Amino acid sequence: MTNAIETVDYADVVARYEPVIGLETHIELGTNTKMFCGCATGFGAEPNTQVCPVCLGLPGALPVANRAAIEATIRIGLMLNCGIAQWCRFARKNYFYPDMPKNFQTSQYDEPLCEDGWVDVVVDGQTHRVEIERVHLEEDTGKSLHVGGATGRIHGATESLLDYNRAGIPLVEIVTKPITGTGAKAPEIARAYVTELRDIIRSLNVSDVRMEQGSMRCDVNTSLSKPGQEWGTRTETKNVNSLRSVERAVRFEMTRQAAVLDGGGTILQETRHFQEDSGTTAPGRSKETATDYRYFPEPDLAPMQPDPAWVKELKDNLPELPRLHRQRLQEAWGLSDFEMQSVVNAEAVDLIEATVAAGASSEAARKWWLGELSRTANEQDISLEELAITPGQVSQLQKMVDEGKLNDKLARQVIVGVLAGEGDPTEVATARGLEVVSDTGALEKAVEEAIEANPDVADKIRAGKHAAAGALIGSVMKATRGQADAKTVRELILTKLS
Amino acid sequence: MNEAITNKTAAELAEAIRSGEHSAREVTQAFLDRIDALDGTIGAFLHVNHAGALATADEVDRAREAGEELGPLAGVPIAVKDIFCTQDMPTTAASKILEGWVPPYDSTIVQRIRAAKMPILGKTNMDEFAMGSSTEYSAYQLTRNPWDTHRIPGGSGGGSSAAVAARLAPLATGTDTGGSIRQPGAVTGTFGAKPTYGGTSRYGLIAFSSSLDTPGPVSRNTLDGALLHEVMGGHDPRDSTSIDQPVPPVVEAARTGANGDLSGVTLGVVKEFASGDTQGAEEGVLAAYRAGVATLEKLGAKIVEVSCPNFLHALPTYYLIAPSECSSNLARYDGVRYGVRVGDDGERSLEEVMSTTREAGFGPEVKRRIMLGTYALSAGYVDQFYGQAQKVRTLITQDFQTAFAKVDALISPTTPFIAFEFGARTSDPYQMYLSDLYTIPTNLYGGPAVSVPCGLSEGMPVGLQVMGPTMGDEITYQVAAALESTQGTLLADTAPELTAEGK
Repeated sequence: MTNAIETVDYADVVARYEPVIGLETHIELGTNTKMFCGCATGFGAEPNTQVCPVCLGLPGALPVANRAAIEATIRIGLMLNCGIAQWCRFARKNYFYPDMPKNFQTSQYDEPLCEDGWVDVVVDGQTHRVEIERVHLEEDTGKSLHVGGATGRIHGATESLLDYNRAGIPLVEIVTKPITGTGAKAPEIARAYVTELRDIIRSLNVSDVRMEQGSMRCDVNTSLSKPGQEWGTRTETKNVNSLRSVERAVRFEMTRQAAVLDGGGTILQETRHFQEDSGTTAPGRSKETATDYRYFPEPDLAPMQPDPAWVKELKDNLPELPRLHRQRLQEAWGLSDFEMQSVVNAEAVDLIEATVAAGASSEAARKWWLGELSRTANEQDISLEELAITPGQVSQLQKMVDEGKLNDKLARQVIVGVLAGEGDPTEVATARGLEVVSDTGALEKAVEEAIEANPDVADKIRAGKHAAAGALIGSVMKATRGQADAKTVRELILTKLS
Repeated sequence: MNEAITNKTAAELAEAIRSGEHSAREVTQAFLDRIDALDGTIGAFLHVNHAGALATADEVDRAREAGEELGPLAGVPIAVKDIFCTQDMPTTAASKILEGWVPPYDSTIVQRIRAAKMPILGKTNMDEFAMGSSTEYSAYQLTRNPWDTHRIPGGSGGGSSAAVAARLAPLATGTDTGGSIRQPGAVTGTFGAKPTYGGTSRYGLIAFSSSLDTPGPVSRNTLDGALLHEVMGGHDPRDSTSIDQPVPPVVEAARTGANGDLSGVTLGVVKEFASGDTQGAEEGVLAAYRAGVATLEKLGAKIVEVSCPNFLHALPTYYLIAPSECSSNLARYDGVRYGVRVGDDGERSLEEVMSTTREAGFGPEVKRRIMLGTYALSAGYVDQFYGQAQKVRTLITQDFQTAFAKVDALISPTTPFIAFEFGARTSDPYQMYLSDLYTIPTNLYGGPAVSVPCGLSEGMPVGLQVMGPTMGDEITYQVAAALESTQGTLLADTAPELTAEGK
């Protein structure tokens, strides 16, 4: 394969071609146990420590479907406005894959749990309705590790090791209908859809939807056609693992396919892989030689018959759609679109909401989460949620500031203590001796010392140059290790020197 | 050899142990001795579990001495078909591809047998992965019919049925996918029951055809079969196709049937099976069967003819569904994780190692069915073959339901012919497939059916089949026990003596 891939300028592509896109998103559910057995699903465990005869597909072992996974799938389907099947079955998808223990995947084929839904996404203030074809449930495969080579890839490896911890983890697949009429906005709409989906799944609390950890994976289908003509042949770009890459993958495929079509070539129906570093796609296996999956109903599992009363109960208890939820919060907090977007981008919506619920003002909550706490999280390369501080603690911290017990500088030191696991803000402030010094006698002494030590500055202030007080405040703060209230210190200095 | 013990039925042995007439160790030792002496002639066992069986027997004896109440079959030894996973014994399904494999877990049926304190004598021979009707497809050894050691013991459960017929074990487990308990039962003069599908757990049963496989009992007579059925049966949360209902009261039904009164019972003779010339059944088999029917009528049963037209399509339907499922179930045997691996010389690719493993590990009948099933499920053919077979399966189910609106049970011969000689049908698979002609409709339907001896033809046993409605296992036991009450069990009165030399 040569590295040079011909592309056409994007504006030129959309001037002459109409894209059709389709997205297949896989989401690993955060159930405590696997899809068909009682094995644990924890991420990062020692290889092959979370396995049993069932998920290893040992002779004689039989699957039993996980009710929590079925419930999560139905809730996802309901959030996406799908109809829920009253009767449906699992099917076997027969193909060989080295890390698939049974050499068939238990999935759903012609009888999905949820069908025919939609989700609205907003791009540049315009709403696009993305139609959902189906939402179904299946099991994940294990993982191959190739050792002995330089790259960790199979080429050059001396051995291949298999880790089945992930085998059998419930996986939800959400398939859109072909998305048309997007014009130049196809890449942005693809990204907005996956973002919306991620937010919806997160609001249901059924998966941590981390693309970088593979708990959310996206296959992106793209084709081009001339306006008014039949849809073109599509390519499927597999396992795109970030929101940005979803957008880039669509855009790149559009420019690549246009170049092929412009050159009189034909698009091969094939699987392609997205190259993160170059932003390009490269061919995988050809769909023309695709496996014959020999689907048939899984005889080891009883059909699913979700009780309509149960489905109704689930429907009645769905959370607010994240997009509407955000709109409501934005209004309540009085934020501009830009300000709200920075909250969303920082993944701080829920944290700020909870902090406000715990008593803080929205400004204060936003200040801490987007300021000091975001900075710390970035430094540690973790998410805000992973920080060892709760919305309740942030609210308590702000209360201490409001009451004058802490200033901003001290508050930041208290945060360090809370993050280090030293307890609640009040406990940390006490233990570390970080309360503001409000003892006037002690402050007056420090002010007098500062005036004595800096006669020149004192003269300037006496001469009316009040701005010079800053230098004296600095030395008072130093003397009190930052525990003085700057405003009070300033007043004291001006009173003494007037 | 202690024939005073090995001639007893399971019910008699359980009573002898409970009363203290024999210790469980004595009983178990008697069967182990007989296996050691005679299994060289019969070839029923792939693995004999001397120490394990005696350890269980000793537990029973200790419990009895301690005054604990013993379960209905405590201390009664049993042989287990080598298709049930056992964590302390190799489990091969008589295939080379699993040679030496010891599962890390017990099947549910084996757990229940252990919980019932029944000493497990060993694992019995079978057709490879339960595919066959003569046990000639075992990758390991021939099993001989105790009635005539030149003849097959039936299949796929030939090892279990031969073990019981030769009194090497009072009881055995079997699995019935298309007749693999009933057909060997018929040709060895033993009792065999295929319970309602879902009435006995498949967890830990090496799968052949998941929608058909049904574990069941193999015994000398109906009451013994019922006692074992109640030990084996019942809901298992680890098998999602397991029925969440109590085990039908088959022991009570067997005792009721033993009174020999069938008045008020209506039995349907399947018209399509009644005519010997259309189905190629042997005249001697039909004669013994007709005598059985006459006996049932004498006992008060009302005999009516019913038509089940789709039964004639059962054989081709089965030979699309079972191979389709087996082609998928057997895909896991690739030499990667367990069992044997062939051709891993560091030069061959993964796919080559898999194909050399399967080439060496699977026997001809298994390969035949995998190919058949792969074809039947493949794109472009799936509707025409697998899909069509599922539709016919529904029609066969409707035939049963229509019939059971009129009759309590259906009766037929169990097999069209007596045990044939070795090699007689291996060269012509279709001739072999005909063995299960009468048993297959029940598997497609899912209801219960038993085979009970009804006489002899050419000195070889003939079986009568009783088929019941789903979860109506009692009627099959009641009718079988009634027939038995008039003629005694074949094995008690007629079975040949065996010698270590064999014939």
